[in-house]
Amino acid sequence: MTPLAITAYTATTALGAGRQAQINALDQRRSGLRRNDFGHGPRLDCWIGRVDGVEDVQLPAELAQWDCRNNRLAWLALQQDGLVEAAKDAARRYGAARVAVVMGTSTSSIGASEEAYTRLEHDAGGEHFPEDLQRPIVHTPHSLGDFVQHATGLAGPCMTVATACSSSAKVFAQAARLIEAGLVDAALVGGVDTLCGSVLYGFNSLQLVSVNQCKPFDATRDGLSLGEAGGFALVERAEAGAGLQLRGYGESSDAHHMSAPHPQGLGAQLAMRDALARAGIDAAQLDYLNLHGTSTPANDSVEAIAVAAMFPDSLHAASTKAWTGHTLGAAGIVESVFALIALDTGHLPGTLNSTIPDPVCGPQIRFAPERRMVRYAMNNSFGFGGNNCALVFGRA
Amino acid sequence: MSPIVLSARIAGIGFWCRGLPSWAAAQAYAQGGELPPDAPNKPSPQLLAPNERRRAPETVAVALDVALAACHDAQRDPKQLPSVFTSTHGDLAITDYMCRQLADDPAGISPIRFHNSVHNAAAGYWTIGAETHAPATALSAFHGSFAQGLLEALTQLATGTDALLLVGYDSQSTGPLGRVSHSQGLLGGALVLTGDGDGPLLRATLGTAGQDRSPAGRLEHHAAGNAMAPMLPLFDALASGAMHCRLDAGNGAQLHVEIVR
Repeated sequence: MTPLAITAYTATTALGAGRQAQINALDQRRSGLRRNDFGHGPRLDCWIGRVDGVEDVQLPAELAQWDCRNNRLAWLALQQDGLVEAAKDAARRYGAARVAVVMGTSTSSIGASEEAYTRLEHDAGGEHFPEDLQRPIVHTPHSLGDFVQHATGLAGPCMTVATACSSSAKVFAQAARLIEAGLVDAALVGGVDTLCGSVLYGFNSLQLVSVNQCKPFDATRDGLSLGEAGGFALVERAEAGAGLQLRGYGESSDAHHMSAPHPQGLGAQLAMRDALARAGIDAAQLDYLNLHGTSTPANDSVEAIAVAAMFPDSLHAASTKAWTGHTLGAAGIVESVFALIALDTGHLPGTLNSTIPDPVCGPQIRFAPERRMVRYAMNNSFGFGGNNCALVFGRA
Repeated sequence: MSPIVLSARIAGIGFWCRGLPSWAAAQAYAQGGELPPDAPNKPSPQLLAPNERRRAPETVAVALDVALAACHDAQRDPKQLPSVFTSTHGDLAITDYMCRQLADDPAGISPIRFHNSVHNAAAGYWTIGAETHAPATALSAFHGSFAQGLLEALTQLATGTDALLLVGYDSQSTGPLGRVSHSQGLLGGALVLTGDGDGPLLRATLGTAGQDRSPAGRLEHHAAGNAMAPMLPLFDALASGAMHCRLDAGNGAQLHVEIVR
């Protein structure tokens, strides 16, 4: 594919708000995980990657109808690293209708619906939501995309991708197609997911949540730690010159099971091969791979097998989930930002919390950090429904 | 700059709603016919094994039913087609269940209902049933869900994909959520779209709203309460032989669709 320029990018996670907070914590090997202190009443015994200060974010009055935890985190993340200004500048250069908004999320603002069910009121028609939550837009998946479009004033195609944990990786693929097809000149892509009962108790019901901090690819790993995050990137037609670029994307389906990966990682391999092919590079040219690496027994085994089957020993592949927790629909953008940071700084994070590699791990899976020049970086994101996406980033 | 026109051939169509359980029934009704007697109350998606068929959430059942019908109509192997699934709300009955269960007894959440609660549940079951490794996506764009899904489908065709499946669906809302997120009945529509070949030529241009829409057709009247009803102007146009229609693309945007036969 024709490379696309990434002219602005940011992430806000349990490590803090904005890119520098991510860089610092990755450098210092400082996890953002804490003991579960989310919500009222009895809490699951687990660790979470919670973003500080989301409760205190105040949306501007004209955006009040979108108010909810997920959109507050979206707003907080948008204020970092000049993203709003970059989006508005793109609208000035191309025209607002020539800039798309493509957002990814798993549960969007379902936390608002969950809250409404704890505060139900009654009238002649039966149970109803309290008045402050009778806002249809926060009870539908497009809450996020609609909010970001209104918050930025962009007016091109606008949609929310919701393919579980691959959502905000797939937004890059979709943006690339919109630009290549000529429908727009640029796209604001990103993703936001926030902690809520649905995911904490849902993943718990599948016995996928660890009582300990997650430790991806460790032989003794016993589940994931959930997190919340938001991130954005501005993707546009590449001008000549230096800069970060989207070089390839690959998408595939496992065709195997709704909540368990294909045992040989067939779908994962197809997505990675497709992304490398679109980028026009060989597997040996890849320097850094940010793994999906959730720390569930199944995901990490399968991903390690797929990586060993495809890449030479020289690849530095690692998971950053023990820093941020698994941020679900936001994992795609957060870990794409981490891949872009690696391209920018040459600092390749290892895998935090992990000490004993699972026997299936090849030499590609790294626990220790490394510094080296990075020309190409890949990010893997795999979701329920066997939905896979791999992205290749590079520099001009 | 002149507006960008994206185009595709419509190679196959699938349709299901209460009272009109097939595209043939919907076409006959749209052209002035009667509702067929004894229409089944539930779709029966043949792609799923019989035990799964009974347990499948409504949204999965209707999406898989129309998707397979569109593939049959197009004489295309489902295994070969990438897919775009679009739904305004996903499965509203499952969202109602999840929220109710979390309020009453969070630790008692059903794991199956949880994994069925993802917006890409229908896409996931489709890829498993069709045994396809082709990419699948699941989108939402509120009132613009179908038009934005069609845009994603058309941009895939414009960038190297030769044929794909587009599926739009929404289900009956229920419980307290249903008093805020309105959707009546069960509705699904699917198109197999190709870059070239036979079938009506669809040409779409994204613009702003404000231009008068044609009066609602019979399908739109019949299923007006469903959250996926914004797709019905296209299905009415296809059934009645109309040459164009306008689709709500959300937030004041409109997709103008021309149909050349």
